Amino acid sequence: MKRQIIDKGVHSTFLLIALFSIAALSLIMVFLFIEGIPIFDQITIKEFVFGQYWYPTDDPTAFGILALILGSVYVTILSGMMAIPLGIMTAVYLAEIAPPKVAEIVKPIVELMASIPSVVIGFFGMVIVAPFIQKLFNIPVGLNMFNASLMLAFMAVPTICSISEDAIFSVPVAVKEASFALGATHFETIAKVIIPASLSGICTAIILGLSRAIGETMVVLMAAGGAAMIPGSFFDPVRPLPASIAAEMAEAPFRSEHYHALFAIGIVLFLFTLIFNLFADYLSHKFRQVGEASL
Amino acid sequence: MNKFSKLILALIVSMVIASSQVFGGELDIKGSTTVLPIAQKAAEAYMAQNPGVKISLSGGGSGNGIKAIIDGTADIGNASRFIKQKEVNLAGSKNVYPVPFRIALDAIVPIVNSQNKVKDLTRAQLKDIYLGKIKDWKEVGGTPGKIIVISRDSSSGTFGVWKELVMEKDRVIPSALTVPSNGGVVQAVTTTPGAIGYVGLGYLNHDIKAVKVDGIEGSEANTLNGSFPISRGLFMFTKGWPEGEIMDFISFILSRKGQDLVKEAGSIPLF
Repeated sequence: MKRQIIDKGVHSTFLLIALFSIAALSLIMVFLFIEGIPIFDQITIKEFVFGQYWYPTDDPTAFGILALILGSVYVTILSGMMAIPLGIMTAVYLAEIAPPKVAEIVKPIVELMASIPSVVIGFFGMVIVAPFIQKLFNIPVGLNMFNASLMLAFMAVPTICSISEDAIFSVPVAVKEASFALGATHFETIAKVIIPASLSGICTAIILGLSRAIGETMVVLMAAGGAAMIPGSFFDPVRPLPASIAAEMAEAPFRSEHYHALFAIGIVLFLFTLIFNLFADYLSHKFRQVGEASL
Repeated sequence: MNKFSKLILALIVSMVIASSQVFGGELDIKGSTTVLPIAQKAAEAYMAQNPGVKISLSGGGSGNGIKAIIDGTADIGNASRFIKQKEVNLAGSKNVYPVPFRIALDAIVPIVNSQNKVKDLTRAQLKDIYLGKIKDWKEVGGTPGKIIVISRDSSSGTFGVWKELVMEKDRVIPSALTVPSNGGVVQAVTTTPGAIGYVGLGYLNHDIKAVKVDGIEGSEANTLNGSFPISRGLFMFTKGWPEGEIMDFISFILSRKGQDLVKEAGSIPLF
């Protein structure tokens, strides 16, 4: 009897703890919407999302965030183009090709890269990389979309690499050996058997890596240049969504239009990451391998 | 005579000390973030001298500072500009008489990369550069090259002055880089050959070149004599003529010691 009471006690304690974290998260979400929605008394959602000009403190004000949205999207895509091939190829190398001794050294180093604070990466981008790429490409300004994307790729590679590596590593040996037995070379096995078999894990890795890039604030605040315009080239400065919130929130008068507009940007950013995560969930289900023979 | 004046001075000092011990109130200061560092330094020093007085500080911008005086939600309202006619009317309708105290000065100086040959720009040229009408340095007498416009976030106080005194009513072009701090502007201008930016006088250094405005060099002396065009007074407003510790605090800022703190906070002291 006593044992059952203790057991029930444990159950309800864990339930409470779980409920607490869910409640805290939902309250943050509710708060985000409560503070963000009042801006739509002033302007329509269409004007907000598709407006080209962001002049929150001018008279008259302009609260169009299209340039900020595109800034975020472009920076994420560009950093993805750099980070995805790098991350996955490193993972393939570590899991399949590298001798165990090399992998033992390289893998912890790659994972250590993930723990570099973003402010350090941002500072590096601003002080070292900006003048460098400015001279290298002979462009007028080094604080731009390319610089920010490069820094974000730097942050996404460790995430993409280490999760993909786990996925590749967990491909059953039997599948691999079957491929060899059929006369496939090592490369053919990697390209046609191992990568398709671990696609679900690789997709998750990519999405997690990119969602880090889209929500990252400090790097884009420091290295992206911060111009609220629709970029015309890789080397134009951009102002992604999180940078606007971080730069302006401290000075926006409490409960003013500007304050509500910044929270509305937060809602947009929240929806972005939500869509990203749903997509990741869908992909990981779609490519899920069930059993060893289902390839 | 000399002895007599010393006596009077001693009397005043002892009265101030005595009265400051009598004060035990709280001071609420709100408003401009440009004035905030000054108020912060002054408040710390003042509270160290007068342990009985508690000063609470908050930002919120010049408009909120003046509004707080009119509504009576603060004792002192900070503003990096003078009161507007609209605000005077509002105060009048509520039978409030806001009293301005100019406590410091502030100058914003345009800066360019140290390799840039341009030494002097008119306010009209600066405006056209920030409007995007002038795009190349050769249009203002420099070596040909694209002008990289660097500005501050729209909610910064420095941007506020720049907008008011240079841009007047017009908008800075969207392609301008925005940097979150004075130090960031200096950093960006140092590393970008074609850049132009603007910073508070206290941030000038040897890595960058200050540009004269309408032929006048941005300096403390030129700000004090009123000839440098991109400068402004920093104000504290009170509701009616101040009394008690409010008066005492403002006198403290206007004293030699207070003005030294103004300088420490990066603004220009009145004397």
